[in-house]
Amino acid sequence: MTEVKAQNLTKTYRVGEVEVHALRGVDLKIDAGEFVAIVGPSGSGKSTLFHILGGLTPPTSGTVLIDGRDLIKMSEGDRTQLRKTTVGFVFQKYNLLPTLTGADNIEIARDIAGKKGHEPDPQFEEILKLLGIASRLKHKPRALSGGEQQRIAIARALVNHPALLLADEPTGNLDTENSTAVLSILQGLNKRLGQTILMITHDPEAAAFADRTITMRDGRVV
Amino acid sequence: MIHRLVFENLKHRPVRTLLSVVAIGVEVTLILTLVGVSHGVLNDMAARSKGTGADILIRPPDSAGFTFSLTMPEKVVDVVRTQPHVAMATGTFVKYVDSFNSITGIHLDEFNAMSGGLKVKRGRMFESPDEIVVDDVYAQQHHLKPGSTTDLAHLWKVSGIVEEGKLSRTFGDIGALQQLFEARGLVSTIYIKLDNPANIAAVKDELQKLLPNYKVDSIEDFVSLFSVNSVPYIEAFTRVVIGIAVLIGFLVVCLSMYTAVLERTREIGILKALGASPGYIVGILLRETVLLALAGTVVGILMTYGTRMLMATFAPSMPQEIVPDWYATVAGIALAGSIVGALYPGLRAARQDAIEALAYD
Repeated sequence: MTEVKAQNLTKTYRVGEVEVHALRGVDLKIDAGEFVAIVGPSGSGKSTLFHILGGLTPPTSGTVLIDGRDLIKMSEGDRTQLRKTTVGFVFQKYNLLPTLTGADNIEIARDIAGKKGHEPDPQFEEILKLLGIASRLKHKPRALSGGEQQRIAIARALVNHPALLLADEPTGNLDTENSTAVLSILQGLNKRLGQTILMITHDPEAAAFADRTITMRDGRVV
Repeated sequence: MIHRLVFENLKHRPVRTLLSVVAIGVEVTLILTLVGVSHGVLNDMAARSKGTGADILIRPPDSAGFTFSLTMPEKVVDVVRTQPHVAMATGTFVKYVDSFNSITGIHLDEFNAMSGGLKVKRGRMFESPDEIVVDDVYAQQHHLKPGSTTDLAHLWKVSGIVEEGKLSRTFGDIGALQQLFEARGLVSTIYIKLDNPANIAAVKDELQKLLPNYKVDSIEDFVSLFSVNSVPYIEAFTRVVIGIAVLIGFLVVCLSMYTAVLERTREIGILKALGASPGYIVGILLRETVLLALAGTVVGILMTYGTRMLMATFAPSMPQEIVPDWYATVAGIALAGSIVGALYPGLRAARQDAIEALAYD
């Protein structure tokens, strides 16, 4: 089953008087349960693709389907709903809320998705075990290492069971040991739980953890 | 969960939170102090009017509100004394110096007989035309003692300090005042004591028939005039102060929330990436605002006890009452001003672009 499908996807920004063609007709297909890495140099359009697939910005033209839903027809409210239920984000800078504990950072994602109370969620319990962060959940981000913060960010991204996990340079701020640990976790989530993952990276070693690598250059898949 | 985020956000910047709460507290105190002083002064005036011991009072034609600025012939007192059920009657002459100060001329023996007597606490009663007595509140506020002099449209010598609670704060001999202020044979008010309070309504009606153009009131009717609603300038002044107070609350919260939104740009981006709707984000800021307003209201109410102490020390003639029946109103005012103040920062946060917000350092 296809999880993500993009055809002739374009995105044009206007910066002052200048039009910037960030995506120039991207064709892309990711099946459910795949772990795909997108690599490419700066300015290749990786981040723009990440933002469009995550519903953070609308595409200019083309077709893009995620979990059967067409993003081109989505309103701002629809994209908010998509972020709430269908995609989960992992960022390079972790992006945890600094005032909340690790557990509360995960809980706020559930709250935003409208899930109240604590119904048993065996699959998420499995994810927490895989992440190995149970003893660190009561700490605030400032008391956690980069690797621990990123693992909590992964837990937060998966708590609502999104169809697609989007990871933007998830090891960009980590040392080699923590990078390997985080990438192994992503691989484990994909293999053991069938989580579809799209990871953006400029690091070939990180990309090697994925099943497949897509290369972008000048706004196109090459 | 959202409540924990709100609480943690407020805890994260304790100084900003504290300053916002105190500023809203000042807004609340400003209103409660003004209202408390208005009520306190009016109730004090009412209590002192009752302290005369009179059942009925008569004021000159065209008298308005509860002032005694007009005069009438003193011969009217003699006419009143001849009426059935009138046990005693006495005239007083009031000379206003300004809006807050006046001196009251009395027939000492008659006034003492009606009121139960002015109790001299220090010094002695006035004896010569240039002497007056003042009550202990007036003496405290103006730092007077027996032998001091005070300027009340004339340089008076204070012969004694009397206990407060009977009509005025300053008393002199009525004859001396009438002569000094060229009002011979004139009085401002006639106080009447009846043989039986049960006759008040009947006697009042009879006196009104006898003196159709004069203001004849039972003392109870007269003191009912001592309310905020019957003094137009107090109502208007209260509205102006409430307006200023709301403006303070609005500006403080607007500034506080605006800086909070700027500081939390990245966090707002994170929330948006997690799927938080504009309403969810505005909801966080509004909850923070409501908490600040409620905490500010509590602090403001507590500060009112402080302002009452200050008023009692530095302006004892303007007693401040604690006014619990205004707490809900003032909380509503603080909430309204704060919520309006949070709207612009809230809308700014809700409209923030998620990608730009996430890139913010």
